[in-house]
Amino acid sequence: MNIIGIIKKGEYYDSISIMLIAKKVAEYDGVLDSAVVMGTKENKSVLTSSGLMTPDIQPAGEMDLIVALKLKEGIDSKNVLSKIDEIFKATNKSDDGENFTPQSIDSALNVLPDANMAMISVAGRYAGDVAMQSLRRGLHVMLFSDNVPIEKEIELKKFAREKNLFVMGPDCGTAIINGVPLAFANVVNRGNIGIVAASGTGLQEVSCLISNAGCGISQAIGTGGRDVKKEVGGIMFIEGIKALAADPNTDVILLVSKPPATEVVEKIISVVRGIQKPVIGVFLGASPELLRGSNIHQALTLEEAASLSVAYSKKENASAVADVLKKREAEIIKMAKEEVVKLSPAQKYLRALYSGGTFCDEAQLLCQNVLGEVYSNIPFGSSKKLKDSWKSEKHTILDLGDDEFTVGKPHPMIDYSTRNKRILAEAENPETAVILLDIVLGYGSNMNPLAEIIPIIKEVKEITTQQKRYLPIVCSVTGTDKDPQNRTALVTALEAEGMKVMESNAAASRLAVSIINHL
Amino acid sequence: MNKLFEQELKVVNIGLKLFKETLDKQNVKSVHVDWRPPLFTDDKAMSIIKSNADKIEAANKQALQKILNSKPFIVGMGKALDVIPGMKKNLLLHAGPPVTWDKMCGPMRGAVIGALIYEGIADTPEKAEQVAASGQIEFSPCHEHSAVGPMAGIVSPSMPVFILQNEEYSNKAYCTMNEGLGKVLRYGAFSGDVIERLKWMENILYPSLKRAIEKIGKIDLKNIIAQALQMGDEVHNRNRAATSLLYRTLAPSVIQTTDDKEIAANVLEFINRNDHFFLNLSMGASKISLDAARNIGHSSIVVVMARNGTEFGVQLSGTGDQWFTGPSPVPDALFFTGFTKEDANPDIGDSSITETNGLGGFAIAASPAIVQFVGGTTKDAINYTLKMYEITAAENNIYKIPYLNFRGTPTGIDVIKVVEKNILPFIDTGVAHKNAGIGQIGAGVLSAPSEPFVKAIIGLSERIRKQE
Repeated sequence: MNIIGIIKKGEYYDSISIMLIAKKVAEYDGVLDSAVVMGTKENKSVLTSSGLMTPDIQPAGEMDLIVALKLKEGIDSKNVLSKIDEIFKATNKSDDGENFTPQSIDSALNVLPDANMAMISVAGRYAGDVAMQSLRRGLHVMLFSDNVPIEKEIELKKFAREKNLFVMGPDCGTAIINGVPLAFANVVNRGNIGIVAASGTGLQEVSCLISNAGCGISQAIGTGGRDVKKEVGGIMFIEGIKALAADPNTDVILLVSKPPATEVVEKIISVVRGIQKPVIGVFLGASPELLRGSNIHQALTLEEAASLSVAYSKKENASAVADVLKKREAEIIKMAKEEVVKLSPAQKYLRALYSGGTFCDEAQLLCQNVLGEVYSNIPFGSSKKLKDSWKSEKHTILDLGDDEFTVGKPHPMIDYSTRNKRILAEAENPETAVILLDIVLGYGSNMNPLAEIIPIIKEVKEITTQQKRYLPIVCSVTGTDKDPQNRTALVTALEAEGMKVMESNAAASRLAVSIINHL
Repeated sequence: MNKLFEQELKVVNIGLKLFKETLDKQNVKSVHVDWRPPLFTDDKAMSIIKSNADKIEAANKQALQKILNSKPFIVGMGKALDVIPGMKKNLLLHAGPPVTWDKMCGPMRGAVIGALIYEGIADTPEKAEQVAASGQIEFSPCHEHSAVGPMAGIVSPSMPVFILQNEEYSNKAYCTMNEGLGKVLRYGAFSGDVIERLKWMENILYPSLKRAIEKIGKIDLKNIIAQALQMGDEVHNRNRAATSLLYRTLAPSVIQTTDDKEIAANVLEFINRNDHFFLNLSMGASKISLDAARNIGHSSIVVVMARNGTEFGVQLSGTGDQWFTGPSPVPDALFFTGFTKEDANPDIGDSSITETNGLGGFAIAASPAIVQFVGGTTKDAINYTLKMYEITAAENNIYKIPYLNFRGTPTGIDVIKVVEKNILPFIDTGVAHKNAGIGQIGAGVLSAPSEPFVKAIIGLSERIRKQE
């Protein structure tokens, strides 16, 4: 094995530029494994544990960039390094011959004086200051950056509330404002349903399901996951609800989050009490009794929340939603039974490999009290923690977007390679009974997911055919036909490969669980 | 908040460019900010700076007023020993922050050797080196004597200098006459012809120009620079227009005051054949304007950027005579045939005083003729000037750039902006060979190193803390 590492001293790149560089590096022939990271302590320890540490890169400081490579035997490292240099140069290239790019918010405002939104994705330790500068200049803020200290988040949100400005985030991956999808968001219909969400993938799922059902979104306000915790106290979640309540183009309000802190739930209930519009809430993992006595209609899955919103949006009978879902459940059981007969006796376990964290949570929730022992790297509900995230145990539901899988690599919604390797590993395992996946479309995600996933599905088929097994692969596709990737085209291609594509993650999870249940 | 829902969404994108591209695809109006982390994030120093923001701003306003109101004139000429404050027979002035003989780079040593031969203190280069190393000779920065010198910037006692006066604040400044290009003392050459030329300048050029200037009375440098900027000069790497304007001013008086026609013709031809004759004067004019803005408590405005070929030094208005230094970088340059970056000396000279005054690299958008130094296109040059507005406190009231609709040049570098935005001053420069005696090998541009600016902001914060 041929492991090399180099330090680029004092070179600063924002995290996503690093990810894009990392993806290109990983694609080079002869590169078996690679990491491109800033030289922080945590990153270095990850390099050590993944076997990419060399004495050369040990002295890197946190303002230094590390490139670590595991090369195939016989590959000339000089060649690879010079190609990597080209990637960096292309990334660094100034706007030669292009118009002047402002270097500060103030000079940007000279160029676009009536700007009203700052989209911030700089490294977390600077992001708070940049957000504060933006607020002081009267801009609403979408704060994509993560790792912003919680004290800073509170300071920003209190300041923004005073000034009647939004702070969406930190760690807000998606929002739709005035019909414009921001950051990682889907192109959905405009309509009369307004969303406040403390969960990025959750927001994407409900907005797509609503759009695919023929309704639309007025505004979708992301708050970042920490907003509904005790410390922040739901400042922006509450402000978002108030703004939608006052918005003449919003008739239905949909709230999406993991269970908020108790005092935040109370605040939400009390704000909603004064609202005449129907309000639907899905707080994944909360007790079905959480909102009893309030005028919030509680949904238990993202799909149910979207369906309820659609019913209210169309002024249809909301109680019909339960019937529709029940009928669909019967169809799922039928599908499951058809799959089960094709399985061999050794096949016992569910292996869910998620790129969206909220989907991973939702799937675990749907397994709760239905399957036996469930393991996850990010246990939710009654699941247990995996000893080694790289090795599945019994029923395993993984969030591949978690830091331990993404250090020095792009997010799995962009770069499918880590998940693809894992899909093959699960397919090789004779105990795997069903593989469950999510595919998330929209701006920011991989622009050509078929090229990533189809070859792997074919490979899985080869493996299982050789071993005289059948392995069902179930997935959901979060997206719309207006997304640059086009959902229908994708679904058609996946079904042609024999995949079971469901309309929502809840439906896909139910099918996967149902297969296990009918073994 | 609901107002946002009624407006067209217009986005300032700070960070990942991908998001800007996505917005472009959706025809959403947006502008991308090429954001960089600050140079320095020491909380203690920065919090002192932040909590004194109002005082600093007021001080900077005052400093800028002085820089912009300054009126530099040539009022006469004299010998360095007679006119420069603190000049002594055994003193050599040099460019940049203080430096000792043992730390001097090749070209500066070469210029010292040449100056000692020129002064008659040594008769061979070997002897000159011995004298220079012996401690008999004192060295001091030009900047500490109201003077500036290009490249090595050596001013020796017998050298004739222009005397500049600031009609607004009555301070003075001094600079030598420019020797021309090729093998010259300021690039570290000290061969016989170099010394001979210096002698000719002392004995023929100087008396003739001195008489001419006496006859004219005074020459308005600000006026010449303002016109030159509109004629394609940035008065650092291009001085052709300014030199021509000066020539037109001097010529009649040179002829009237010089009896020998041959000498008058030689004097005028010397100026005519040296496109950089004005450089020393644009530096002097800058020096006198910035000196007027010295010693304003709390001010974060840079009043000196200067290099001695070893170190790059910065002084601030609010930090008195304190130098903040760091290693001088080697410029990116176009090299004369036969030379490469390997041969280049780290950046050297007081000429970055022009940038400090909103000229030179800061005014490169005014000088399309020399864009090959900055990447080849006029757009590159314009972008460099636009970038410098990010770190300056004002736009010049007199020096204007035609292409930018006569916008004033970016003037008054604010060290706080440099550090917070991580944008370093952009400097036009000539390149000296690293070995003594060879001379100029190219010209180009560079960004100032960060270290002096980081040290300067810490120095300012300490001074403010002590005053409190």
